[in-house]
Amino acid sequence: MPKPPATGCGAAPVLKERGQREVFCGLTGIIWLHRKMQDAFFLVVGSRTCAHLLQSAAGVMIFAEPRFATAILEETDLAGLADAQDELDNQVAQLLARRPDIRQLFLVGSCPSEVIKLDLGRAAERLSAVHAPHVRVLNYSGSGIETTFTEGEDACLAAMVPALPEANAKSLLIAGALPDVVEDQMLGLLRAMGIEDVACLPARRAEDLPAVGPETVVALVQPFLGETLAALTRRGARHVEAPLPFGDEGTTAWLWAVAREMGVDADTFARVTEAPRARARRAIAAASETLNGKSVFFFPDSQLEIPLARFLTRECGMDAVEVGAPFIHRAIVGPDLDLLPEGPTISEGQDVDKQLDRARAARPDLTVCGLGLANPLEAEGLTTKWAIELVFTPVHFYEQAGDLAGLFARPLRRKEKLRLEAAE
Amino acid sequence: MKLSVWTYEGPPHVGAMRVATGMRGLHYVLHAPQGDTYADLLFTMIERRDRRPPVTYTTFQARDLGSDTADLFRTACEDAVARFRPEAIIVGASCTAELIQDDPGGMAETMDLGGIPVIPLELPSYQRKENFGADETFYQVVKRLAQPMERTARPTVNILGPTGLGFRHRDDVAEITGLLADMGIEVNVCAPMGATPADIARLGAAHANVLLYPETGETAARWCEKTLGQPFTKTVPMGVGATRDFIAEIRAMLPDALAPSEAGLRLPWYSASVDSTYLTGKRVFLFGDATHVMAAARIARDEMGFEVCGMGCYNREFARPMRAAAKEYGLSALITDDYLEVERAIEDAAPEMILGTQMERHIGKRLGIPCAVISAPVHVQDFPARYSPVMGFEGANVIFDTWVHPLVMGLEEHLLHMFREDFEFHDAAGPSHHGGKAVARAEDAGGQPPDPRSISGPVMEETGADVVTWLAEAERELKKIPFFVRGKARRNTETFAAERGVREISVDTLYEAKAHYAR
Repeated sequence: MPKPPATGCGAAPVLKERGQREVFCGLTGIIWLHRKMQDAFFLVVGSRTCAHLLQSAAGVMIFAEPRFATAILEETDLAGLADAQDELDNQVAQLLARRPDIRQLFLVGSCPSEVIKLDLGRAAERLSAVHAPHVRVLNYSGSGIETTFTEGEDACLAAMVPALPEANAKSLLIAGALPDVVEDQMLGLLRAMGIEDVACLPARRAEDLPAVGPETVVALVQPFLGETLAALTRRGARHVEAPLPFGDEGTTAWLWAVAREMGVDADTFARVTEAPRARARRAIAAASETLNGKSVFFFPDSQLEIPLARFLTRECGMDAVEVGAPFIHRAIVGPDLDLLPEGPTISEGQDVDKQLDRARAARPDLTVCGLGLANPLEAEGLTTKWAIELVFTPVHFYEQAGDLAGLFARPLRRKEKLRLEAAE
Repeated sequence: MKLSVWTYEGPPHVGAMRVATGMRGLHYVLHAPQGDTYADLLFTMIERRDRRPPVTYTTFQARDLGSDTADLFRTACEDAVARFRPEAIIVGASCTAELIQDDPGGMAETMDLGGIPVIPLELPSYQRKENFGADETFYQVVKRLAQPMERTARPTVNILGPTGLGFRHRDDVAEITGLLADMGIEVNVCAPMGATPADIARLGAAHANVLLYPETGETAARWCEKTLGQPFTKTVPMGVGATRDFIAEIRAMLPDALAPSEAGLRLPWYSASVDSTYLTGKRVFLFGDATHVMAAARIARDEMGFEVCGMGCYNREFARPMRAAAKEYGLSALITDDYLEVERAIEDAAPEMILGTQMERHIGKRLGIPCAVISAPVHVQDFPARYSPVMGFEGANVIFDTWVHPLVMGLEEHLLHMFREDFEFHDAAGPSHHGGKAVARAEDAGGQPPDPRSISGPVMEETGADVVTWLAEAERELKKIPFFVRGKARRNTETFAAERGVREISVDTLYEAKAHYAR
């Protein structure tokens, strides 16, 4: 493992921009959250735009049993608010009658519901009382005026925290939605080190809610969980600071921070991690052949940008030109920033046209950006990686480290493979 | 408040984006919160456009609401004009911005934007939808920029209606432009697709208008008729008969127009050839936008020999013509944008094929009914790399292929009838010309797979099963019938039994019904 850089980006100046932001709103998180929590239903209270976003955001329409829907506000709802609360009660009653398997219902606020100040907190309380104990009704806002893309998951998890049971003994809580297979790998590693009492937020099913209390330590597997962390801290939990578990270095540092906190000795740690670590290194090395020495430019998208830039620069030999994030939670990504070698522009927020100018001037070998920008940049001769794939693909921990490097290598390999020019 | 799982149309500002993105030199400044930028990916991903839609979003956030969102709009407007140097801009609000009442149109009109035309849009997001948004935007652009002017010396027409993100618009325009060229008619302007604001200004030079897509171009066509004195075509040239009617319409408007060649037209012979006999009387259910469905119904009945057993559209604006068209087929039209209602109607009609949208394709998958896609909403598959119009003579050829493809073909269908219990070659294995792994027949698997319901709740059995009962032996016999006709057989038998007051269906009843409905 390379030594930490003499000067990391921890103290680097941040270019703060305000302008047009080419990002998703927090509703988008429903696409993966409704799959992660198998007995939860997400009811967006919003407009036709919200419904249209949900079916377009994933690039495909997911038709098999959607556990989300939109209650579309109409002219009549906008006229009188008391009306809207009654309407909502009706919609929820119908929904729950049709789906008796639902145990958690999230009322999800949107831009229009926020602007007309439709009180979904009050609605959730009222509906919880009506449908308890079978269904718990919670609310959060996934609106674009308050949340950017992955902040929707943050708002959702934060909304669950006050309802979590109280923990009295020492326990470990892992926050952040992971694909089931990755979560199982992580739990397997922790168990092998002797850490048995581990709970995850979100849990796959409503009855497995994790407990939290003053003896709880919390580790984050996603960088965008600022509100969730604050809510857990208010319940007395203590944050284990660590780089995010991407690649060999991130995973090892993350696991070691957790292990130390839970009293695991260095020998046990080394014994458990040695084999998967070696596998991860081998897999990264293979994919890195394509990435080594290439430059990368991150447009802001999911807040994964800083940890991923750390992975690409330190483990795959890439040079970061600009690392843009929609929002930087220093308390969470601080360790990753410290490890990221100085040099790249660190930017927060966005003015998309100015940022496009910078990317065009830099002509990076690889540009990580959203779906709205990828094809236009490809047409300008840049090679791009869609950022959204990074939140829809298993990329955390050792066994996925090679896949993660592979995601970035594939566009470059493809460009090398294609022979489409006319004959000379 | 209306519960919606899937929507057929986006919000009206997406319609405005389809106009702006289809055109060149026009920029759209949209007062909208940050998440609304998702709409860009419709164009860059689904349509694979190689440039960003010409849209600047103000992307206001909650913290801006307290201060001055109007200022944000002004800055966005000025920046967009300075950076993109459009010939004209359209300005408007998305659903959220409509609520904060900043009046972007009014603001932009009072700004100094270098004298370019500023066209304000009023698109009521909580009442109307995407097609209205496109139609209204195009109308506002035309009304603002087009002027009466001298007609061209040679016979010319404008093509009105094609937009960005339109179902096969790219190829339909090419096909109809070619057809018109064959008739000795030049296209003066095609709009919105491909037109600049300067092109819109010279719409008046054409002798007539060809309205290809009433959903997105009719209001503009009517305005041109009234103000510029241009007649417009009423027949959408989809299918053989409609294309011929369209040609007749053009020749009535423009006496110099020649009769085009039908040399490349293959549908009539393909449909008449004996291999197509198996298509006769196949019961099809049609759903989509009104224009495509009404045209498809005529093709289905008159050119393919199908029986139309249900039809409808999601765009309420066209409910009246849709209802009138359905009456001609002895049907009452289904007018709804509720996906679950469409699903129920299809289940009830038990068609042998669905001609619908991407959503009906999924309904078909769930119910085991083959489906061909005939209408928006669009999917990445609706933008094929190959030339694939649905209008004009080549469009008719394309439609023949597209509609036949999902079906089990002639002799294969017979073999399935003859050897119903073959363990490999059975109906659940699917048509043999399709990809996908054939599944071995599970013992006594009674037809359709279990149906994972969404939120539509228990299926109401409305086909008369509450009145008549199937005896076990008859039920077994029914299962021997291939799945693609089983629905029809069940329905016919139940109707037959109910009409005769028969309470129990035996094997005899099944075959009596079969004889009764024989054709």
